[in-house]
This record gives sequence, C-alpha cells and structure tokens, in this order.
Amino acid sequence: MSYWFRNDNRLPQARLAIASYVIVGMVGLLLLGFWKLQVVDSDKYGVMAERNRVRSIPIIAPRGRMLDRDGRVLVDNYPSFSILLLRDDPALIDKNLPAIADGLGLQVSDLKDQLESTKALPKFQPIVIKPEATNADVAFIESHRSDIPLLEMLMVQRRRYLPGGFMAHASGYVGEVSEQQIEASNGKLRPGDLAGKTGLERQYNDILTGTDGMRRVIVNSVGKEVKELGRLSEQEPIPGKQIQLTIDYDLQAVAEQSLGQRPGAVVALDPRTGEVLAMVSRPTPDPNDFAVRISGEEWKALNDDPLHPLLNRAIQAQLAPGSVFKIVTATAMLEEHVPEEGFTTFCPGYGTFFGRQYHCYVFYAKSGPKSHGVLGLHDAILKSCDVFFYNVGMRLGIDRLSYYAIKLGIGRKTGIDLPSEEQGLMPTQEWVERTFHRKWYAGEVISVATGQGAVTTTPLQLAHMIGGIASGGVFKQPHMLKDAPNVAEERFHISDSTVEKVTDAMYGVVNEAGGTGTHLKLAGIELSGKSGTAQVIGYDKMNLVKKGSQYADNAWFVGYAPRRDPEICVAVLVQESGLHGGEAAGPVVRDIVKAYYDKKAKKTQGTLTADDKRYDVDHAAAATAAIQPPAVKSAGASAAAPNHAANATTQR
Amino acid sequence: MKDAPGTRDYDWWLLAILATICALGVLEIYSATHGSSLAGMQNKQIRWLVIGFVVMFALSRLDYHLILDQAPVLYLIGIVALIAVLGFGHTRFGAKRWIPVLGEFLQVSELVKLIIIIVLARFFAEVRTDELSLQDLIKAGLIVGLPVALILKQPDLGTALVLVPLLVVGAFLAGLQWKHAAAIALIGLLMLPVAWRVLKPYQKERVTSFMHPEDDAKGSGYQVLQSKIAVGSGGFWGKGFGNGTQNQLGYIPVRYSDFIMSAWAEEQGFKGVLLALGLYMALLLRLVQNAQRAKDRAGMFLVMGVAAALGFHVLVNVAMVIGAMPVTGIPLPLMSYGGSATLFVFLAIGLVMNVRLRRFVN
Repeated sequence: MSYWFRNDNRLPQARLAIASYVIVGMVGLLLLGFWKLQVVDSDKYGVMAERNRVRSIPIIAPRGRMLDRDGRVLVDNYPSFSILLLRDDPALIDKNLPAIADGLGLQVSDLKDQLESTKALPKFQPIVIKPEATNADVAFIESHRSDIPLLEMLMVQRRRYLPGGFMAHASGYVGEVSEQQIEASNGKLRPGDLAGKTGLERQYNDILTGTDGMRRVIVNSVGKEVKELGRLSEQEPIPGKQIQLTIDYDLQAVAEQSLGQRPGAVVALDPRTGEVLAMVSRPTPDPNDFAVRISGEEWKALNDDPLHPLLNRAIQAQLAPGSVFKIVTATAMLEEHVPEEGFTTFCPGYGTFFGRQYHCYVFYAKSGPKSHGVLGLHDAILKSCDVFFYNVGMRLGIDRLSYYAIKLGIGRKTGIDLPSEEQGLMPTQEWVERTFHRKWYAGEVISVATGQGAVTTTPLQLAHMIGGIASGGVFKQPHMLKDAPNVAEERFHISDSTVEKVTDAMYGVVNEAGGTGTHLKLAGIELSGKSGTAQVIGYDKMNLVKKGSQYADNAWFVGYAPRRDPEICVAVLVQESGLHGGEAAGPVVRDIVKAYYDKKAKKTQGTLTADDKRYDVDHAAAATAAIQPPAVKSAGASAAAPNHAANATTQR
Repeated sequence: MKDAPGTRDYDWWLLAILATICALGVLEIYSATHGSSLAGMQNKQIRWLVIGFVVMFALSRLDYHLILDQAPVLYLIGIVALIAVLGFGHTRFGAKRWIPVLGEFLQVSELVKLIIIIVLARFFAEVRTDELSLQDLIKAGLIVGLPVALILKQPDLGTALVLVPLLVVGAFLAGLQWKHAAAIALIGLLMLPVAWRVLKPYQKERVTSFMHPEDDAKGSGYQVLQSKIAVGSGGFWGKGFGNGTQNQLGYIPVRYSDFIMSAWAEEQGFKGVLLALGLYMALLLRLVQNAQRAKDRAGMFLVMGVAAALGFHVLVNVAMVIGAMPVTGIPLPLMSYGGSATLFVFLAIGLVMNVRLRRFVN
C-alpha cells in the first residue's frame, strides 16, 4: 500500500457545514414546490385529474314525433349507431386509415377530407365518420378493438318519415347542424347534432329537440373505459316534445295518391279554423335519405334538378292563377258596382282593346262554338269567359282591382307556420314604376283581370282566398299545429249579396250546365269552386312553338264545400299538364272533398271508433286502403259530357 | 495496522433511514403496478435490494485505502467500459447504455459514477494545498470531462450531468477559489448557446416543453403536466394507498420508476412527501456527518462524493416531478425501480460505511 494519504487529516469543517446548509435549503425549496401544488393549487389539479379520468358520453335525446290530427304517427324515430373516429393520436390514424376505410366501406380520400375539415376542433373530440352502422360494421369494430383502437360507436336516434315522400315538404327534414348554427348556439349544439332544416322540422325545431343526456365513464390513460371502478352519475336525456298536426292522415293519403307523380301541389284547408288538412308537393325527394347523410353528389343532383324537387310548391310556387283570379275581379266589380251588377257583354271569341285583339280561351276550343255569346257575371264565371272580365277589368282599372286583390290576400304571405313561404305578386302602378321605371299601361289590366300578366300566387294563397270569400270575408291564418293558440284572423268586409252571388256562381261551376267543372259533381255534396288554366305563354304564340310540355298550361282548381261557410277548401295545381284546370286539377279536389265527407259520415254514424283512430299505422297499406281510386283523366273528361247533360236537365 | 471493525461501528441510523426509504419505494412500486401487466415488480425490486445490502456489506469490509490505491486502474477500466459500450453495447430505449452481466443488463455509466467518486477522492486527497490551484482544477476537470464526453455519446445526458456535481463538490471542499468559481460560472454562461446547439432534438424538446408544458398537453409536455396533476390532486392528505387515479389509470408516465415520487405524492399527499423528503434530508445530513468524522481527507472526499451524487439525484428527480426542472431521466435513488441504479446506491453507501468503520483506526 502506498502512503499518499498519510498525515492528512485536516478536514475543511467550515465548508462541510456549508454543505449541510445547502442540503437543508434544497429540501426546503422542494417542499415549497410541493406545498404550492398540493396545498395552494390542489383544487385546480383535483379538477384536472377528474377531467382526465372521466369521459362524458352523450346520450342522444330522441326528437319529438309528429302526429296527425287523430294522433296517428307521421314522423317517428328509430335507434341507430354512428361510428366515431377518435382523433387523439394522428400517427395511429395515418397508419390505420386504409384499414378503417376498407372495413367500413368508405373512401380513404373522403376520410382524409373529413379529418382536414375538422382540424380546428379539439383533438379529444371524436368525429362521426359513418352515420348508420350496418351489422357488418359493428362486427368489424368489435373484432378490431385491440389493433385499431380508434373506433367507437354512439347510439343515436334517427328520423323515420313515411315512405315515398309522404307529406315530405310539410314535415321537412333534419340534417347535421351547420358550423354557423353551432357557433350561434352558445355551445348548446355540437358537430353531428341534428336540427330541422326545412318545413315543420325547422319551424318547431325548439319544441321537437330534446336535451341530450350524459353518461360519465372512467377511462384510463389510453382512453379505455375501466368498468371495474364503478359507475358515475348519469344524466338522463329529456326527449323532445311531440307535436300534433292539423294534417288528416286520410286526406293527406288521398291527396298524395290523387295528384300522383304529376308536378304540382295540393293544399286542403278548413276555412273555419285555418287548419291545414293536407299538403302535397310534387316531385318530392324522400326525406329518409337526408335522415342519415346525403352525399354531396346526391345533394347537387337534387338542387340542380330542373323540376326543383326541394321546392314546396304549395307555399313556394309563384305562378299565374289564371281564371281563379276572376273571383277577385268579380268581387271587386260587385263591391264597387263598376260596372253595374247587370252588366253583360258579347263574347265573339275575342275582345279588341287599344286596337289589339285579346282572345277568349273559347276561341281555341277544339270543338263546339268559338264564342260565348252574350253573358252576364254568373255565366261568365261558370264558363270562365275571358272577354267579359277583360271588359270588367278595363272599367275597374288597376288601382281598384289591386286594392281588392291585396285585401283578399294576393301578393301577401298567409303567415302559415312553415319557413320560406313565398308571397306571390299583385302588380300595382307603384310596383311597375318601382320595378321597371315606367308608367302603367292601361292595357295591362286586361291580362291581370283574368289572372295572367304579372300576377302570381301560391296554391296556399288561393285556398286561403277562396275559402275566405266563401266564408263571408273571414280569413283565418292557415296553420299546421293543432290547437295552436291565438290563430290570427283577418276580416275584410264583403257585402252579403256579393258573397252570395260569387258563391252561387262557384257552385254553378260544378253543378250547373255549362260550368267548367260539371264533371266534378258529387252527389249530396255542395262542391263549388273555380278552375284556372294559366298560360305559360300567350295563346297566339302557342301556335308558333312546338307544343312541348315546357310551355303547356298550368292547371288550377280551387274547390270547397259546402257552398257557403265551407268546412273544407282545396287548391290544386297541376303544372304543365296541357289540360284545362277543371280536367287536370279538378278531380284531385273532388277526391279529397269526397274523402272528407266519407270520413265525416263514418264518424257521425259512429263506425270510426277510437280504436280506428289510434291504430299503429301500417302506412303503406293504410295509404292504399284509404284511397278512392282517382279518376282517370281521360275517362273523367269524356264522362263529363253525359253527366253535364243530365245535370242540365235536373238543375234548371 | 487495523482490527476488523465490529458490527456496532456500522452507522445503524443511516441503515435505518436507508431501509425505510427502500420500504416506501417497494410499497409504491406495488401500488403503481399491481393492477397492470407489470404486477409483481416490487418482488424484483426486493431482490435487487437484497443484493444491494449484500454488496454494501461486502464493500464495507474492504479498506477504502486499498480501493483508492487502485484508482488509476479503476479509471482505466471505466473508460474502456464506456468505449466498449459505445462499440458493442446493447441498445434499449434508443440509447446504448447497457451491457449484459449475469443475465441482466447493467448500465455501465452507473458503475462509472462510482469510479469517478473514487478517482476524484484520490485526486483531491493528494492536493496538499489549502487552496485549489488553477492547474489542479483543470486536471480534475479533465478527469471528469473524458467520461462525461463518452456518456454524452451514448447519449445519456442525465448520467453525464451527475458527474458534474461530483467535480463541483469535490473542488469546493478541496479549497476552490472564489475567483475560479466566478470565472467558471461566467464561461459556463457564455457556453450555453453552444451547448444548446449540440443538444439532440429530443433533449431540446424536453427543455422547451419544460418551459411551456401546456403548449402540447399530449406531446412532450404531457409527462410533466400529468405528473403535476397527480401531485397537485393528491392534496395535503393524499388519496390513499392504491387510490391515486392518475397512478392507477396510468396517466403518470413510468410511475414505478422515474416518476415514482409523483405516484407517492398523489396517494400519500403532502404529509407523505414531508416524510419522504425528510428521510432523504436525514440521509444526506447523516452522510455529511460521516464525512466530518472521517479519519482523513481521502475518506471525507469519498463520503462527500457519494453525498453529492445522491443529493443531485434527489434534487433533479424531485424537481422534475413537480415541473421545476426538465425531464432528464434521472431516477430517484432507492425508491425508483431499477437494478443498476439500486446497485450503485448500495455500493456508494458501502463506501461510506467503509470510511465510517475506519474512523478511529490510525
């Protein structure tokens, strides 16, 4: 052993003492750090630890159902699974994306786009990559839980609408909330939530929407639920409230069936209350397609379709009312006594005003006389003589005519409880000046008085107007929510004699010889109404162009019963049928009114029991069972002639 | 020249403190792993502790002067081993640190720590002046610098850093002059930007995430944040043994090893921390006391080298757990699970016992 350490025992005691102080100081500082975390900020970290281990899983509240006026289910829900993609670990997603796409039958590029568009959302928030999981999808997720720990399933409630687009435009549809809606909701809505996009779904969204519940589970650091640690409190979902509609399922079914697949619309109202009994628009998409998720292409196709299937024609089609408008002109004439009540005119098939010939439709009749001869107001309405109303319009002038038209509801929204109602248009002098910066031409009133020219209306407006006039000038606001409080009402004073004369004439349209709707006559029912055949282009030009459906006339019929203070008023539009209003649209009105009275008769006889009312509808079967076979157009038209003759003899 | 020292000459207080800390560690390792795939880990730790006690007693029997005698040889062995591990070492967790010994993987750098304590003790004991000359300071610096450079190559920043306080404490006790200390501090400060450049990206990330842990809660700041949540949510009284949610649900990273203090603090609360840190403080003060009573300067330097190494471990590890220092991967002596680290501590304590046993022998 060497002796390099010998005689060396001088220890630096002072510096060793310093080392002791350093040790005490160091431990003191560390304790201070623990004190800050464990005593001062303990609550804050306690909350963070809780947030770590507890994950809240929403329990989707079912949306409220929609019932018809008798309590039958029109719009319902069904449970379904959405597939969620957890996004905490981007590397894991990149690795597994192809396998996920393959297993769920999705496109990798679509998934990437979706991930890109949701980049801004917090990472712990999963995204819905497939809204409706099939059994195969569920099996795929369960069997790959360990090697693809990115997929979760969330039970959701989806909307079920009646098949075939039944009442689709009125009910509307739900869709995933837009980003703007989420922003505007103050955190109430989350991506993937559903909200009403159109129709009643949108109008009554707040009532129909429930409050989602919350299930709280304990998860470990890789996000797996740890069931052994017990359950935490749950917050039950509050289902949305159901709404009862004024719609009558039976009448709606008849209306759907009777209009068929022809483009057009049907509105049936109870003028006494403003209740909408049926509303149809064609063509129609199937909202069940939107209840899951619609692809961009399908959506584009629907939007670009020249027939505009997304348009609710009942409240959004703004078209010339044609001869239905003559009721407005007649009311104005009788109220203003311009011309006097006994005014008659000779119809040679045309009238000449300002050196120009305006033809009556009768001029183009394929058979029979090409003129109406001499007629007064009653016959002019019955036969829908244009020349008579050209003359009345000329005498009234646009100011008086538009005053009555607007008072009777033309060019104004009815205020129905549906979003996106259109108002149509009633031209006035000011309107022309404002829009075209020119003076009103005196001759323009000739077209307007017969419902042509610039005047446009929606089917709902016409039902509302005709029903209101027949009710003596009481206009109830149309609505679809049953037992709606404070239904608005407009009263416009029309003298009793005017109401009587106009309604008598409309009764005659169906029930008197020479009327345009005599083929619609129903035994025991005072069906009244007015037809309209609105030109898309003028009669004169019609001969110049090839007769394609694109230029064919729009057929209208607005009918009601009984003849005074009606219980039901139906407006039907059949677009570009090329047929007269009474021929194309009239039978639809007749079918609905007949169904209404048939049902009413059953009810009063007591054959329709409570059981019948609340059956759980097998909708398809019920739809066909409830429907009277609609009149075949051609058969109806040809059968009209003998009927007509028979009526003529009995009525007069 | 010397009698075999008797058993009553052992520092039984020191051993008691040691054993208590180990017990806390075993308990917490059990709590942290019993519900996971790592269950049973505490038994492996107990095995290491038993081996540790055996080697500690063995080392204490061998006169430390004999060990110090062989300092140059040990140094050479240490350097060769470090070079060897760079050449043939076993790579785990992205670093070449391990060589297989007796069927287990040992970290060479742990052994090197011990060797440097011995070599520095020998070196400073031979410095006879009251004040440390600049020449000797530079020599000491070079002795430490070479293994530091080799360990940084592995790369193992944490262990390399542990060698620095050995030099600092040794130099301080050997009579470091204030002007030299000031100069070194100044140079160190100026070198910081250079050091930043040579840091590996993951090391830089640890430093930046230490500065702003909330920036990336799921990335590199995650560990520190989760550790702080565990510590803070423990409160004063703790959540109770086996009830720490951060611990049991796996939010605390490596909760049985580097972050075991975090798990302990969550389940035992501030009162538990007080106990654990109190024990560590008692251990360190007991070491200083042993140094003060050493027979000679060589013994004093040995004991203080051990104290410096253990003190630095405790400081850096515990400060990391509460987010006061960046994550460096330095375990908490005696509590963290780990074979090499445990063996190192017991060998180091063995040296201390060695010095103590011979304090009266002249």
